[in-house]
Amino acid sequence: MSGPSLLAAAKAQALRDLRLVWRRRSDAAQPLLFALMTVALFPLALGADPQQLARIAPGVLWVAVLLASLLTLDTLYRSDVEDGSLEQMLLAPVPLGWLLAVRVAVHWVTASLPLVVVTPLLAELLFLPADLLPVLMASLLLGTPLLSLLGAVVAALTVGIRRSGMLLALLALPLFLPVLVFGAGSVMAAAQGLPWLGALLLLGAGLALALVLAPLAAAAAIRIALN
Amino acid sequence: MNPALLWFHQLGSPPVFDRFAARWAPVGFALGLAAMAVGIYGALFVVPADYQQGDSFRILYIHVPAAWMSLFVYALMAFYAVIALVWHIKLCEVLAMACAPIGALFTAVTLATGSIWGKPMWGTWWDWDPRLTSELVLLFLYLGVIGLNAAIEDRRAAARAAGFLAIVGVVLLPVIRYSVTWWNSLHQGATIKLIGESTMDASMTWPLWVMVVATKLWFVGSLLQRARADNLERESGKDWARASAGVPR
Repeated sequence: MSGPSLLAAAKAQALRDLRLVWRRRSDAAQPLLFALMTVALFPLALGADPQQLARIAPGVLWVAVLLASLLTLDTLYRSDVEDGSLEQMLLAPVPLGWLLAVRVAVHWVTASLPLVVVTPLLAELLFLPADLLPVLMASLLLGTPLLSLLGAVVAALTVGIRRSGMLLALLALPLFLPVLVFGAGSVMAAAQGLPWLGALLLLGAGLALALVLAPLAAAAAIRIALN
Repeated sequence: MNPALLWFHQLGSPPVFDRFAARWAPVGFALGLAAMAVGIYGALFVVPADYQQGDSFRILYIHVPAAWMSLFVYALMAFYAVIALVWHIKLCEVLAMACAPIGALFTAVTLATGSIWGKPMWGTWWDWDPRLTSELVLLFLYLGVIGLNAAIEDRRAAARAAGFLAIVGVVLLPVIRYSVTWWNSLHQGATIKLIGESTMDASMTWPLWVMVVATKLWFVGSLLQRARADNLERESGKDWARASAGVPR
Protein backbone atom coordinates (compact mmCIF):
# COMPACT_ATOMS: atom_id res chain seq x y z
CA MET A 1 0.00 0.00 0.00
CA SER A 2 1.36 3.37 -0.90
CA GLY A 3 0.62 6.34 1.30
CA PRO A 4 -0.89 9.63 0.20
CA SER A 5 1.28 11.92 -1.90
CA LEU A 6 3.24 14.63 -0.10
CA LEU A 7 1.05 17.37 -1.51
CA ALA A 8 -2.18 15.64 -0.49
CA ALA A 9 -0.85 15.13 3.02
CA ALA A 10 0.28 18.76 3.22
CA LYS A 11 -3.12 19.95 2.06
CA ALA A 12 -4.96 17.80 4.60
CA GLN A 13 -2.65 18.90 7.40
CA ALA A 14 -2.87 22.60 6.47
CA LEU A 15 -6.68 22.50 6.22
CA ARG A 16 -6.97 20.75 9.57
CA ASP A 17 -4.62 23.21 11.28
CA LEU A 18 -6.31 26.24 9.74
CA ARG A 19 -9.72 24.92 10.77
CA LEU A 20 -8.50 24.43 14.34
CA VAL A 21 -7.20 27.99 14.47
CA TRP A 22 -10.46 29.31 13.01
CA ARG A 23 -12.53 27.50 15.66
CA ARG A 24 -10.55 29.36 18.33
CA ARG A 25 -10.17 32.70 16.64
CA SER A 26 -10.19 34.69 19.87
CA ASP A 27 -6.94 32.94 20.89
CA ALA A 28 -5.37 33.96 17.62
CA ALA A 29 -5.83 37.65 18.46
CA GLN A 30 -3.88 37.38 21.73
CA PRO A 31 -0.35 37.79 20.29
CA LEU A 32 -1.49 41.00 18.61
CA LEU A 33 -2.82 42.40 21.86
CA PHE A 34 0.35 41.33 23.66
CA ALA A 35 2.58 43.10 21.13
CA LEU A 36 0.40 46.21 21.26
CA MET A 37 0.57 46.36 25.06
CA THR A 38 4.32 45.74 25.12
CA VAL A 39 4.83 48.62 22.72
CA ALA A 40 2.50 50.80 24.78
CA LEU A 41 4.63 50.19 27.88
CA PHE A 42 7.61 52.06 26.48
CA PRO A 43 6.11 55.54 26.05
CA LEU A 44 4.57 55.18 29.50
CA ALA A 45 7.87 54.15 31.08
CA LEU A 46 10.24 56.45 29.18
CA GLY A 47 8.06 59.51 28.69
CA ALA A 48 6.46 60.56 25.45
CA ASP A 49 9.39 62.36 23.82
CA PRO A 50 8.88 61.60 20.08
CA GLN A 51 12.57 61.89 19.22
CA GLN A 52 13.67 59.50 21.93
CA LEU A 53 10.92 57.02 21.03
CA ALA A 54 11.81 57.20 17.34
CA ARG A 55 15.40 56.34 18.18
CA ILE A 56 14.55 53.18 20.11
CA ALA A 57 11.53 52.24 17.96
CA PRO A 58 13.24 49.60 15.73
CA GLY A 59 14.60 47.71 18.73
CA VAL A 60 11.36 47.93 20.71
CA LEU A 61 9.23 46.78 17.78
CA TRP A 62 11.52 43.85 17.10
CA VAL A 63 11.59 42.82 20.75
CA ALA A 64 7.79 43.07 20.97
CA VAL A 65 7.33 40.87 17.91
CA LEU A 66 9.95 38.42 19.15
CA LEU A 67 8.35 38.07 22.59
CA ALA A 68 4.89 37.70 21.08
CA SER A 69 6.04 34.90 18.79
CA LEU A 70 7.89 33.31 21.71
CA LEU A 71 4.63 33.13 23.67
CA THR A 72 2.82 31.45 20.78
CA LEU A 73 5.43 28.68 20.52
CA ASP A 74 3.80 26.67 23.26
CA THR A 75 0.63 26.24 21.16
CA LEU A 76 2.65 24.76 18.30
CA TYR A 77 2.40 21.16 19.53
CA ARG A 78 0.52 21.40 22.84
CA SER A 79 -2.98 20.35 21.75
CA ASP A 80 -1.60 17.65 19.45
CA VAL A 81 0.39 16.12 22.28
CA GLU A 82 -2.64 16.14 24.55
CA ASP A 83 -5.09 14.48 22.15
CA GLY A 84 -2.55 12.08 20.64
CA SER A 85 -2.50 13.55 17.13
CA LEU A 86 1.27 13.91 17.31
CA GLU A 87 1.68 10.14 17.67
CA GLN A 88 -0.48 9.72 14.58
CA MET A 89 1.79 12.15 12.73
CA LEU A 90 4.75 10.02 13.82
CA LEU A 91 3.07 6.90 12.42
CA ALA A 92 1.92 8.53 9.18
CA PRO A 93 3.44 7.18 5.93
CA VAL A 94 4.54 10.75 5.11
CA PRO A 95 7.87 11.98 6.58
CA LEU A 96 7.36 13.69 9.94
CA GLY A 97 9.63 16.57 8.91
CA TRP A 98 7.32 17.39 6.00
CA LEU A 99 4.21 17.48 8.22
CA LEU A 100 6.06 19.65 10.73
CA ALA A 101 7.13 22.03 7.96
CA VAL A 102 3.46 22.43 6.99
CA ARG A 103 2.56 22.90 10.67
CA VAL A 104 5.19 25.63 11.10
CA ALA A 105 4.05 27.34 7.90
CA VAL A 106 0.44 27.44 9.13
CA HIS A 107 1.63 28.61 12.53
CA TRP A 108 3.61 31.44 10.96
CA VAL A 109 0.68 32.53 8.77
CA THR A 110 -1.77 32.55 11.67
CA ALA A 111 0.43 33.78 14.55
CA SER A 112 3.30 35.83 13.10
CA LEU A 113 1.97 37.26 9.86
CA PRO A 114 -0.78 39.24 11.64
CA LEU A 115 1.96 40.75 13.83
CA VAL A 116 3.87 41.85 10.74
CA VAL A 117 0.69 43.26 9.24
CA VAL A 118 -0.07 45.47 12.25
CA THR A 119 3.55 46.60 12.58
CA PRO A 120 2.97 49.85 10.62
CA LEU A 121 0.38 50.77 13.23
CA LEU A 122 2.73 49.92 16.11
CA ALA A 123 5.52 51.84 14.35
CA GLU A 124 3.28 54.89 14.20
CA LEU A 125 2.75 54.67 17.97
CA LEU A 126 6.52 54.96 18.44
CA PHE A 127 7.01 57.68 15.78
CA LEU A 128 9.22 55.51 13.60
CA PRO A 129 10.34 57.64 10.61
CA ALA A 130 8.34 56.65 7.53
CA ASP A 131 11.41 55.93 5.41
CA LEU A 132 12.51 53.21 7.84
CA LEU A 133 9.21 51.34 7.64
CA PRO A 134 10.03 49.37 4.44
CA VAL A 135 13.30 48.16 5.96
CA LEU A 136 11.53 47.16 9.16
CA MET A 137 8.82 45.32 7.25
CA ALA A 138 11.37 43.50 5.10
CA SER A 139 13.42 42.48 8.14
CA LEU A 140 10.29 41.22 9.91
CA LEU A 141 9.10 39.30 6.86
CA LEU A 142 12.45 37.52 6.69
CA GLY A 143 12.98 37.26 10.44
CA THR A 144 9.65 36.03 11.81
CA PRO A 145 9.59 32.79 9.75
CA LEU A 146 13.10 32.17 10.97
CA LEU A 147 11.91 32.65 14.56
CA SER A 148 9.03 30.22 13.96
CA LEU A 149 11.38 27.59 12.49
CA LEU A 150 13.95 27.88 15.29
CA GLY A 151 11.16 27.90 17.84
CA ALA A 152 9.68 24.74 16.32
CA VAL A 153 12.91 22.86 17.06
CA VAL A 154 13.09 24.04 20.67
CA ALA A 155 9.38 23.55 21.32
CA ALA A 156 9.70 20.00 19.95
CA LEU A 157 12.26 19.23 22.64
CA THR A 158 9.85 20.27 25.39
CA VAL A 159 6.72 18.45 24.19
CA GLY A 160 7.07 15.84 26.92
CA ILE A 161 7.08 18.41 29.73
CA ARG A 162 3.92 19.59 31.43
CA ARG A 163 4.74 23.15 32.48
CA SER A 164 7.21 24.14 29.83
CA GLY A 165 6.46 27.85 29.35
CA MET A 166 9.40 29.38 31.22
CA LEU A 167 11.81 26.64 30.18
CA LEU A 168 10.84 27.14 26.54
CA ALA A 169 11.71 30.83 26.81
CA LEU A 170 15.03 30.00 28.47
CA LEU A 171 15.91 27.59 25.68
CA ALA A 172 14.66 29.64 22.74
CA LEU A 173 15.94 33.12 23.58
CA PRO A 174 19.68 32.40 23.10
CA LEU A 175 18.86 30.91 19.69
CA PHE A 176 16.70 33.92 18.78
CA LEU A 177 19.52 36.31 19.55
CA PRO A 178 21.20 36.36 16.10
CA VAL A 179 17.83 36.93 14.42
CA LEU A 180 17.18 39.91 16.69
CA VAL A 181 20.69 41.25 16.13
CA PHE A 182 20.40 41.16 12.35
CA GLY A 183 16.72 42.14 12.21
CA ALA A 184 16.86 45.13 14.53
CA GLY A 185 20.43 45.83 13.39
CA SER A 186 19.35 46.34 9.77
CA VAL A 187 16.76 48.97 10.77
CA MET A 188 19.21 50.64 13.15
CA ALA A 189 21.79 50.75 10.35
CA ALA A 190 19.25 52.30 8.00
CA ALA A 191 18.41 54.88 10.67
CA GLN A 192 22.07 55.90 10.82
CA GLY A 193 22.36 56.06 7.05
CA LEU A 194 24.58 52.98 6.90
CA PRO A 195 24.19 50.13 4.39
CA TRP A 196 21.48 47.79 5.68
CA LEU A 197 21.05 45.32 2.86
CA GLY A 198 23.79 42.99 4.16
CA ALA A 199 21.92 42.18 7.36
CA LEU A 200 18.76 41.42 5.40
CA LEU A 201 20.67 39.15 3.04
CA LEU A 202 22.13 37.29 6.02
CA LEU A 203 18.62 36.91 7.46
CA GLY A 204 17.50 35.53 4.09
CA ALA A 205 20.41 33.10 4.03
CA GLY A 206 19.55 31.98 7.56
CA LEU A 207 15.93 31.53 6.52
CA ALA A 208 16.91 29.39 3.51
CA LEU A 209 19.10 27.22 5.71
CA ALA A 210 16.46 26.90 8.44
CA LEU A 211 13.72 26.05 5.92
CA VAL A 212 15.70 22.96 4.98
CA LEU A 213 17.20 21.95 8.32
CA ALA A 214 14.72 23.07 11.00
CA PRO A 215 11.84 20.68 10.06
CA LEU A 216 14.29 17.76 10.06
CA ALA A 217 15.75 18.85 13.40
CA ALA A 218 12.25 19.32 14.84
CA ALA A 219 11.29 15.83 13.67
CA ALA A 220 14.38 14.36 15.32
CA ALA A 221 13.60 16.27 18.52
CA ILE A 222 10.00 15.01 18.57
CA ARG A 223 11.20 11.44 18.14
CA ILE A 224 13.52 11.92 21.12
CA ALA A 225 10.85 13.56 23.26
CA LEU A 226 8.12 11.03 22.53
CA ASN A 227 10.38 7.99 22.59
CA MET B 1 39.85 -7.86 19.13
CA ASN B 2 42.38 -5.06 19.34
CA PRO B 3 43.15 -4.64 23.08
CA ALA B 4 42.73 -0.85 23.04
CA LEU B 5 39.36 -1.19 21.31
CA LEU B 6 38.33 -3.91 23.72
CA TRP B 7 39.22 -1.72 26.70
CA PHE B 8 37.22 1.11 25.16
CA HIS B 9 34.18 -1.14 24.68
CA GLN B 10 34.42 -2.47 28.22
CA LEU B 11 34.57 1.08 29.59
CA GLY B 12 31.07 1.61 28.21
CA SER B 13 29.72 -0.86 30.74
CA PRO B 14 28.46 0.88 33.91
CA PRO B 15 30.29 -1.29 36.51
CA VAL B 16 33.62 -1.06 34.65
CA PHE B 17 33.24 2.68 34.28
CA ASP B 18 32.41 2.97 37.98
CA ARG B 19 35.68 1.26 38.95
CA PHE B 20 37.60 3.34 36.41
CA ALA B 21 36.10 6.62 37.67
CA ALA B 22 36.57 5.67 41.32
CA ARG B 23 40.28 5.13 40.66
CA TRP B 24 41.03 8.12 38.41
CA ALA B 25 38.78 10.92 39.72
CA PRO B 26 40.91 11.49 42.88
CA VAL B 27 44.05 11.42 40.73
CA GLY B 28 42.60 14.13 38.47
CA PHE B 29 41.66 16.27 41.47
CA ALA B 30 45.06 15.80 43.18
CA LEU B 31 47.14 16.55 40.08
CA GLY B 32 44.86 19.47 39.22
CA LEU B 33 45.19 20.96 42.71
CA ALA B 34 48.98 20.54 42.70
CA ALA B 35 49.32 22.16 39.27
CA MET B 36 46.95 24.95 40.36
CA ALA B 37 49.06 25.61 43.44
CA VAL B 38 52.20 25.92 41.29
CA GLY B 39 50.42 28.06 38.70
CA ILE B 40 48.84 30.42 41.24
CA TYR B 41 52.13 30.77 43.10
CA GLY B 42 53.87 31.65 39.85
CA ALA B 43 51.12 34.04 38.86
CA LEU B 44 50.99 35.88 42.18
CA PHE B 45 54.63 35.90 43.35
CA VAL B 46 57.08 35.05 40.55
CA VAL B 47 55.80 36.91 37.52
CA PRO B 48 56.70 40.64 37.46
CA ALA B 49 53.92 43.24 37.53
CA ASP B 50 52.75 44.60 34.22
CA TYR B 51 54.18 48.01 33.30
CA GLN B 52 50.74 49.35 32.38
CA GLN B 53 48.23 47.43 34.45
CA GLY B 54 50.24 46.84 37.61
CA ASP B 55 49.11 43.84 39.57
CA SER B 56 45.53 43.65 38.34
CA PHE B 57 46.53 41.75 35.20
CA ARG B 58 47.25 38.71 37.38
CA ILE B 59 43.58 37.72 37.33
CA LEU B 60 44.19 36.72 33.72
CA TYR B 61 45.84 33.52 34.93
CA ILE B 62 42.41 32.35 36.06
CA HIS B 63 40.34 34.19 33.49
CA VAL B 64 41.99 32.90 30.31
CA PRO B 65 42.15 29.18 31.25
CA ALA B 66 38.52 29.33 32.44
CA ALA B 67 37.46 30.97 29.17
CA TRP B 68 39.19 28.30 27.13
CA MET B 69 37.64 25.58 29.28
CA SER B 70 34.16 27.07 28.86
CA LEU B 71 34.37 26.50 25.09
CA PHE B 72 36.27 23.22 25.31
CA VAL B 73 33.74 21.69 27.71
CA TYR B 74 30.86 22.73 25.47
CA ALA B 75 32.52 21.10 22.46
CA LEU B 76 33.14 17.95 24.48
CA MET B 77 29.54 17.90 25.73
CA ALA B 78 28.24 18.15 22.16
CA PHE B 79 30.68 15.43 21.08
CA TYR B 80 29.39 13.06 23.77
CA ALA B 81 25.82 14.01 22.86
CA VAL B 82 26.41 13.07 19.20
CA ILE B 83 27.82 9.69 20.24
CA ALA B 84 24.92 9.17 22.62
CA LEU B 85 22.32 9.95 19.95
CA VAL B 86 23.95 8.00 17.14
CA TRP B 87 25.16 4.85 18.92
CA HIS B 88 22.82 4.95 21.94
CA ILE B 89 25.68 4.51 24.41
CA LYS B 90 24.21 5.12 27.84
CA LEU B 91 27.50 6.17 29.38
CA CYS B 92 27.95 8.96 26.82
CA GLU B 93 24.58 10.42 27.88
CA VAL B 94 25.83 10.41 31.45
CA LEU B 95 29.12 12.03 30.48
CA ALA B 96 27.45 14.71 28.32
CA MET B 97 25.14 15.72 31.15
CA ALA B 98 28.03 15.68 33.62
CA CYS B 99 29.85 18.20 31.40
CA ALA B 100 27.05 20.79 31.55
CA PRO B 101 27.32 22.05 35.17
CA ILE B 102 31.14 22.09 35.04
CA GLY B 103 31.13 24.08 31.82
CA ALA B 104 28.51 26.46 33.19
CA LEU B 105 30.69 27.09 36.23
CA PHE B 106 33.79 27.75 34.11
CA THR B 107 31.71 30.20 32.06
CA ALA B 108 30.49 31.92 35.21
CA VAL B 109 34.08 32.14 36.51
CA THR B 110 35.15 33.65 33.19
CA LEU B 111 32.42 36.28 33.35
CA ALA B 112 33.05 37.06 37.02
CA THR B 113 36.83 37.41 36.74
CA GLY B 114 36.46 39.38 33.52
CA SER B 115 34.12 41.79 35.18
CA ILE B 116 36.34 42.15 38.27
CA TRP B 117 39.24 42.93 35.94
CA GLY B 118 37.09 45.27 33.87
CA LYS B 119 36.12 47.55 36.76
CA PRO B 120 39.62 49.04 37.36
CA MET B 121 40.77 48.70 33.74
CA TRP B 122 37.75 49.81 31.70
CA GLY B 123 36.00 51.62 34.55
CA THR B 124 32.90 49.43 34.15
CA TRP B 125 31.73 46.03 35.32
CA TRP B 126 30.12 45.19 32.02
CA ASP B 127 30.36 46.22 28.42
CA TRP B 128 28.35 44.92 25.45
CA ASP B 129 31.52 43.86 23.76
CA PRO B 130 31.19 40.91 21.31
CA ARG B 131 33.31 38.62 23.46
CA LEU B 132 31.40 39.35 26.64
CA THR B 133 28.03 38.99 24.96
CA SER B 134 28.85 35.68 23.31
CA GLU B 135 30.25 34.33 26.58
CA LEU B 136 26.98 35.33 28.27
CA VAL B 137 24.98 33.55 25.57
CA LEU B 138 27.18 30.50 26.11
CA LEU B 139 26.18 30.58 29.78
CA PHE B 140 22.51 30.72 28.75
CA LEU B 141 23.01 27.72 26.48
CA TYR B 142 24.58 25.76 29.33
CA LEU B 143 21.71 26.74 31.65
CA GLY B 144 19.21 25.69 28.99
CA VAL B 145 20.83 22.26 28.72
CA ILE B 146 20.86 21.86 32.51
CA GLY B 147 17.26 23.08 32.78
CA LEU B 148 15.95 20.75 30.07
CA ASN B 149 17.82 17.82 31.60
CA ALA B 150 16.27 18.56 34.98
CA ALA B 151 12.75 19.11 33.63
CA ILE B 152 12.17 15.69 32.04
CA GLU B 153 11.28 12.86 34.37
CA ASP B 154 12.81 9.94 32.48
CA ARG B 155 16.60 10.15 32.88
CA ARG B 156 17.48 8.72 29.49
CA ALA B 157 14.96 10.80 27.54
CA ALA B 158 16.12 13.88 29.46
CA ALA B 159 19.77 13.32 28.60
CA ARG B 160 18.97 12.72 24.95
CA ALA B 161 16.76 15.81 24.62
CA ALA B 162 19.29 18.03 26.41
CA GLY B 163 22.08 16.56 24.31
CA PHE B 164 20.16 17.41 21.16
CA LEU B 165 19.80 20.98 22.40
CA ALA B 166 23.57 21.10 22.98
CA ILE B 167 24.13 20.02 19.37
CA VAL B 168 21.73 22.70 18.08
CA GLY B 169 23.68 25.19 20.20
CA VAL B 170 26.94 24.19 18.51
CA VAL B 171 25.45 25.11 15.14
CA LEU B 172 24.40 28.49 16.45
CA LEU B 173 27.43 29.41 18.58
CA PRO B 174 29.53 30.67 15.63
CA VAL B 175 26.49 32.49 14.28
CA ILE B 176 25.97 34.24 17.61
CA ARG B 177 29.67 35.02 17.85
CA TYR B 178 29.83 36.66 14.44
CA SER B 179 26.43 38.31 14.56
CA VAL B 180 27.46 40.11 17.73
CA THR B 181 30.81 41.11 16.26
CA TRP B 182 29.10 42.43 13.17
CA TRP B 183 26.44 44.21 15.16
CA ASN B 184 28.88 45.98 17.46
CA SER B 185 31.26 47.02 14.74
CA LEU B 186 28.38 49.15 13.49
CA HIS B 187 28.17 51.15 16.65
CA GLN B 188 31.66 51.64 17.99
CA GLY B 189 34.89 51.97 16.14
CA ALA B 190 37.29 51.14 18.95
CA THR B 191 36.66 47.65 20.25
CA ILE B 192 38.28 46.80 23.54
CA LYS B 193 40.42 43.74 23.36
CA LEU B 194 41.59 41.37 26.02
CA ILE B 195 45.31 40.75 26.19
CA GLY B 196 46.55 38.39 23.52
CA GLU B 197 49.17 35.77 24.37
CA SER B 198 51.40 36.88 21.54
CA THR B 199 51.85 40.29 23.13
CA MET B 200 52.89 38.81 26.46
CA ASP B 201 56.48 38.36 27.43
CA ALA B 202 57.68 34.77 27.74
CA SER B 203 58.51 35.27 31.43
CA MET B 204 54.83 35.99 32.05
CA THR B 205 53.30 33.09 30.09
CA TRP B 206 54.53 29.99 31.91
CA PRO B 207 52.04 30.17 34.84
CA LEU B 208 49.31 30.54 32.22
CA TRP B 209 50.24 27.23 30.60
CA VAL B 210 50.48 25.58 34.02
CA MET B 211 46.98 26.85 34.82
CA VAL B 212 45.67 25.62 31.46
CA VAL B 213 46.91 22.11 32.26
CA ALA B 214 45.64 22.41 35.86
CA THR B 215 42.09 23.30 34.77
CA LYS B 216 42.10 20.37 32.33
CA LEU B 217 43.14 17.95 35.09
CA TRP B 218 40.61 19.38 37.50
CA PHE B 219 37.96 19.00 34.82
CA VAL B 220 38.88 15.33 34.31
CA GLY B 221 38.51 14.70 38.04
CA SER B 222 35.25 16.61 38.26
CA LEU B 223 33.77 14.97 35.15
CA LEU B 224 34.59 11.46 36.36
CA GLN B 225 33.21 12.22 39.83
CA ARG B 226 29.93 13.65 38.51
CA ALA B 227 29.51 10.96 35.87
CA ARG B 228 30.14 8.28 38.49
CA ALA B 229 27.49 9.71 40.81
CA ASP B 230 24.93 9.94 38.01
CA ASN B 231 25.86 6.47 36.79
CA LEU B 232 25.37 4.98 40.27
CA GLU B 233 22.04 6.76 40.61
CA ARG B 234 20.79 5.31 37.32
CA GLU B 235 21.96 1.83 38.26
CA SER B 236 20.84 2.15 41.88
CA GLY B 237 18.88 -1.09 41.83
CA LYS B 238 21.87 -3.27 40.98
CA ASP B 239 24.01 -5.13 43.50
CA TRP B 240 27.37 -3.81 42.29
CA ALA B 241 26.06 -0.23 42.44
CA ARG B 242 24.93 -0.66 46.05
CA ALA B 243 28.29 -2.20 46.95
CA SER B 244 30.21 0.56 45.17
CA ALA B 245 28.20 3.31 46.83
CA GLY B 246 28.72 1.65 50.23
CA VAL B 247 25.04 0.96 50.87
CA PRO B 248 24.62 -1.94 53.34
CA ARG B 249 22.74 -4.85 51.89
